[in-house]
Amino acid sequence: MRNIFKKLSLKNILAANNDGPPDLDELFSDLRKRIDNMFKINSTNNGDNGDLNSNKEPINENPSGISIGSIILIVLLVWMATGFYIVDQGSRGVVLRFGKYIETKQPGPRWHLPYPIETAEIVNQEQVRTNEVGYRSSGNTGGTSQELRESLMLTGDENIIDLQFAVQYNLKSVQDYLFNNRSVENSVRGAAETAIREIVGKSAMDFVLYEGREEIAIKTKALMQDILDRYRSGINITSVTMQNAQPPEQVQAAFDDAVKAKQDLERQKNEGQAYANDIIPKARGTASRLIAEANGYKVAIENEANGNASRFNQILTEYTRAPEVTRKRLFLETQEQIMSSVSKVIVDQKGTNSLLYLPLDKLIKQSALDEDEQDQTKASNQKEDAKALASDVINSITERSRGAFRARERDVR
Amino acid sequence: MRRYISKFGITIILLLVILTLSTFTVDQREHALVFRLGEIVSVKETPGLYIKAPLIDNVRFFEKRIMTYDPPQPDRFITSEKKNVLVDSYIKWRIIDPAQYYVSVNGDEAQAERRLTQTVNDGLRAEFGKRTIQEVVSGERSEIMDILKEKADIDSRKIGIEIIDVRLRRVDLPKEVSESVYQRMNAERKSVANELRSQGFADSEKIRAEAERQRDIIITDAYRDAQKVKGEGDAKAARIYADAFSKNKEFYDFYRSLEAYRKSFSGKEDILVLDPNSDFFKYLRGSRKK
Repeated sequence: MRNIFKKLSLKNILAANNDGPPDLDELFSDLRKRIDNMFKINSTNNGDNGDLNSNKEPINENPSGISIGSIILIVLLVWMATGFYIVDQGSRGVVLRFGKYIETKQPGPRWHLPYPIETAEIVNQEQVRTNEVGYRSSGNTGGTSQELRESLMLTGDENIIDLQFAVQYNLKSVQDYLFNNRSVENSVRGAAETAIREIVGKSAMDFVLYEGREEIAIKTKALMQDILDRYRSGINITSVTMQNAQPPEQVQAAFDDAVKAKQDLERQKNEGQAYANDIIPKARGTASRLIAEANGYKVAIENEANGNASRFNQILTEYTRAPEVTRKRLFLETQEQIMSSVSKVIVDQKGTNSLLYLPLDKLIKQSALDEDEQDQTKASNQKEDAKALASDVINSITERSRGAFRARERDVR
Repeated sequence: MRRYISKFGITIILLLVILTLSTFTVDQREHALVFRLGEIVSVKETPGLYIKAPLIDNVRFFEKRIMTYDPPQPDRFITSEKKNVLVDSYIKWRIIDPAQYYVSVNGDEAQAERRLTQTVNDGLRAEFGKRTIQEVVSGERSEIMDILKEKADIDSRKIGIEIIDVRLRRVDLPKEVSESVYQRMNAERKSVANELRSQGFADSEKIRAEAERQRDIIITDAYRDAQKVKGEGDAKAARIYADAFSKNKEFYDFYRSLEAYRKSFSGKEDILVLDPNSDFFKYLRGSRKK
């Protein structure tokens, strides 16, 4: 009889469950009815269930039957309660009935038929897991240790490089993850190593080390996903990130030197460019100066010519009017000017036959000394300076404008 | 009543024992073989609850999922150019025929893995012997893996195993060969560095020379233009002078000579030694009219 009850209730529970998510209220009321029925058959009565059993005949022959019913009820309730479980956000609950996959539950409080009928396995689907290849980061210190066996690999041009990368993944199918592979973590590591080596094995070293790092990561990710899909592992590779791609320790120095050489090349180029940037603008400046000077010279010499010509013309006009007098005047004025400024030695050679001794060098020295003294004693040295400056300027602007220079000199004097 | 309770309890316990002995569940992840007195009577492939004869029947479970065999040590193989390489591979396998598997390897995973390793290593030896390192590492890696998988799969089906994949995890050079590779890499880098430095020198020189060329062009262009302008000035001045002076050549001669004298004798340091008989002094000698 009890056997029958058990089977009945079990079937009922199963039937209720097969209709979809179990309606707990219904389930419990059903259960309770069944227990009550059993009590009725057993001719036992339960005071606690009085309201439910009000239509039944009260039989008080066996008061200890109450305790049997209660025990069974409590045991059953506890048994049923073991079926409660909570699926965390981001996780999925996979329900197995007698080992067979039934369904996958979304996050929230859930209930499954208690053991041994159903079991639930909770798997974190969305959590991103990381697998490090070529290195291991040591938890709290933040440091990393290298795994040379994993990180050294051959490139397509038979060089050896040192590559460290991290694979991040989550699950795209919890069922596949649970049911198709034993030790999925190892599968990911294996796939990562074989994939990266296949990709690197097809690439040249310089490509892997420098410009191709991104591409290597992308290709590796695709190949890994392909491999893992072949095993129907339920893994979804979210990213492959290169941590470090470098030449091995043994050749590090040579590589560094090559990099330095590249920088040297740039530096030398830049130095050359700097030199170019220095001399070309300077040359432009010089060129502008030459042109400007030439233009200045042109104007100056024309002005000078015009001035001289005009002066000559005017004198000529006067000269044609009175040639004799003008000629004489000009001659005398010139003589006067020369005589007044130069040192003069007048020697009459007609009267004497004896040899005249003229110490010209001494005379020159003497006259120069006199001039110096004169200069020093001169009250206004500034006047001299101004004269010098003016002549300098004039000289530098128009080298050949002697007329102007002379005129000015005369003015100053 | 007490008798009744104990009877009730005993019945339940007995019932549970019988249930446990006469049923078994097959997990989603397992195969089950049912033995009756040592003889395989049925293979349970689908998961679920099954009934067996208590005590006489015996159930053994086998892994249904894909397993990985990862040899602990890499193996040495010789390529066609007689070079050694260290190969680390892994095998993905699965039991597809548990009865056959049980009969062949006694259901022992380690034994099965030994069989697989032998098969795969034979394949590797054969395939590597046909190829160079270059081909093994880059060119035909995936082909080798495919061939190995095919071969191993055919062989392993005899023992109830399916080979899902054979992959070369690592193909490395032995230590002594690695050393020579490092030396070669060093030499290569050195030559690259030298080339870069020379290239830098060359580039720098090129830029400098080009700059100097430009500088020379700029300056000489300017000089040419400047001379042209000066020449124009000179020409114009000459024309002006010619126009003016040709009006009276004789007077110009005289006038210009005077100017030249004035210019030539202008300071105290110039000493003129004069003859008192010169024309300038004619009135010094007497005041009569000449």
